[in-house]
Amino acid sequence: MDIDDMDIDYQARVFDYVPAAAQAGRYPVVVVGAGPVGLATAIDLAQNGVPVVLLDDDNKLSSGSRAICFSKRTLEIFDRLGCGERIAAKGVRWHVGRVFNRDEEVYRFDLLPETGHERPAFVNLQQYYVEGYLHERAQELPQLDLRWCSKVTGLVQHADHVVLNVSTPDGEYALEAAYVVAADGGKSSVRSLMGLESIGRSFRDRFLIADVKMTAGFPAERWFWFDPPFHPGQSVLLHRQPDNIWRIDFQLGWDADPVAEKAPERVIPRIRALLGKDAEFTLEWVSIYTFCCLRMDSFRRGRVLFAGDAAHGVSPFGARGANSGVQDADNLAWKLRLVVKGEAPDALLDTYASERERAADENILNSTRSTDFITPKSAVSKLFRDAVLQLAKDQPFARKLVNSGRLSTPSTYAGSALNTPDGGQFGGCMRLGAPAADAPLMLDGAAAWLLRQMGNGFTGIYFAGSAREALNFGQDAVPVRTLVVAPQGQGGPGIFEDSEALFAARYDARPGSFYLLRPDQHLCARWRAVDAPAVRDALAQACAAHAVQPLEHA
Amino acid sequence: MNARLNVEPNLPDPDAFYELLIDSHQDLDEAQSNMLNAQLVLLLSNHIGELAVLREALAIARATVQGE
Repeated sequence: MDIDDMDIDYQARVFDYVPAAAQAGRYPVVVVGAGPVGLATAIDLAQNGVPVVLLDDDNKLSSGSRAICFSKRTLEIFDRLGCGERIAAKGVRWHVGRVFNRDEEVYRFDLLPETGHERPAFVNLQQYYVEGYLHERAQELPQLDLRWCSKVTGLVQHADHVVLNVSTPDGEYALEAAYVVAADGGKSSVRSLMGLESIGRSFRDRFLIADVKMTAGFPAERWFWFDPPFHPGQSVLLHRQPDNIWRIDFQLGWDADPVAEKAPERVIPRIRALLGKDAEFTLEWVSIYTFCCLRMDSFRRGRVLFAGDAAHGVSPFGARGANSGVQDADNLAWKLRLVVKGEAPDALLDTYASERERAADENILNSTRSTDFITPKSAVSKLFRDAVLQLAKDQPFARKLVNSGRLSTPSTYAGSALNTPDGGQFGGCMRLGAPAADAPLMLDGAAAWLLRQMGNGFTGIYFAGSAREALNFGQDAVPVRTLVVAPQGQGGPGIFEDSEALFAARYDARPGSFYLLRPDQHLCARWRAVDAPAVRDALAQACAAHAVQPLEHA
Repeated sequence: MNARLNVEPNLPDPDAFYELLIDSHQDLDEAQSNMLNAQLVLLLSNHIGELAVLREALAIARATVQGE
């Protein structure tokens, strides 16, 4: 997303540039860009014992609220990184969206209609809070060396390392890394330095973002209007953020003047038209944006790995930008860790590229479809869009066609070479390659969430037939740290009880079932009975220790 | 999933259908007629419910239009 900022009022911290200590030696990983994706990658590496340098060309957090919708999966990743609770607690929880055509509600959707998950479908939170909390978490990690005002101005790849040229207020220095993660945003300077491009489709439309501070009675829901009376012929999107801030997104059309439209005397009447002429509010932030759906051909170039907006871009409808970027970080960090520690071959990093390129394609597909619905680019496209909206009021089938943004869901790596094909029939919502679904458990009389038990390495889950079987399960029976879950009503000291039988339902677990989850909590193998050699093989497979085949097209 | 578009005669009373189709547009202006047609496409597509059948129908219609 290409944002042209005009900051009216926002909170921002300014961090001091600190001259870097002696530069001798080579770092295992240097991450470029201290936005949400770079911070998440660096935290994940550093909290698991990999020294990492994080470079940022600026010395501030996000300007303006920018990405505001953080998905359930992203919150679960932040939980693993040690800052999920703050983000979830500060954010505005929501799961319901309403779609209006003119002034009539035509469609309502619920993104998480079931209970039994620790995290909500989404929280809305200004990007500067997310970055601020991630930054504070980063400061707790002695292995994470964050350097502000440090711009990468040169990059040379060698057979076994990369040399970066870093420009600072004190001058330039060379920094050596075994691997570089480029998380430096849509205008990635690393990408430019390497002569690479992110290619795709741009959309001829302009949108106005206005963050407004006010006390209002709208519920914590996502409201989307097509052609509302207060902004005829265009769309409007409303989201609630913390601190009584509301995000309003006005579609303006391609002919709108991006400079004139940012002026408060143009913005305020648009907001008054929505809120009523007597509404009291102040403008916090205004921005005009256009957007593209694009991606790099390959997310890996030798020892440089691209993540987040540097690697791919989507339209904002669907909250797929920051969320997919954090999921890139989640996928990449454990693979880098195993490779730099010598526990997996370099080929494991190829699967970062293949898995996340597929995820980017999925996000771009959804985002492009939403954009075509929201901003139809031909008379017949608009005719069908309006036909859907007219029918949707009374015809249930048409509501499924209304596309005001299909909101971010994590990708399932169904065809990944890291998966071991199922050793039995499995139903339930968990597909092979999917991120682990959460489930409520009980341990010694206290509630516990499944995902919180997973740690940062590979995790096994063994579903015992009874409390006795759970107690008898020996950790040394399998070559991976294993959680033992006992069926509902079969709890006991030190045993996780599937207290609402939701683990069994979501994982189609039967007595003896065994699941293997990667460090990013994606399911990579499962069996109907524990078999230590099979688990060992699956672990090797998931580390690309076997020959890696190209990702199959599922 | 193997359903194919039926292009063999399938309407019991073709003339009655055609009359119904034309009559349904009576007194509508061009914009309303276009909207009616669009809604009809959506309603019937949902009724058919098979992407392969719809893809075939769209391909035939497009090829016919472009061939003229």
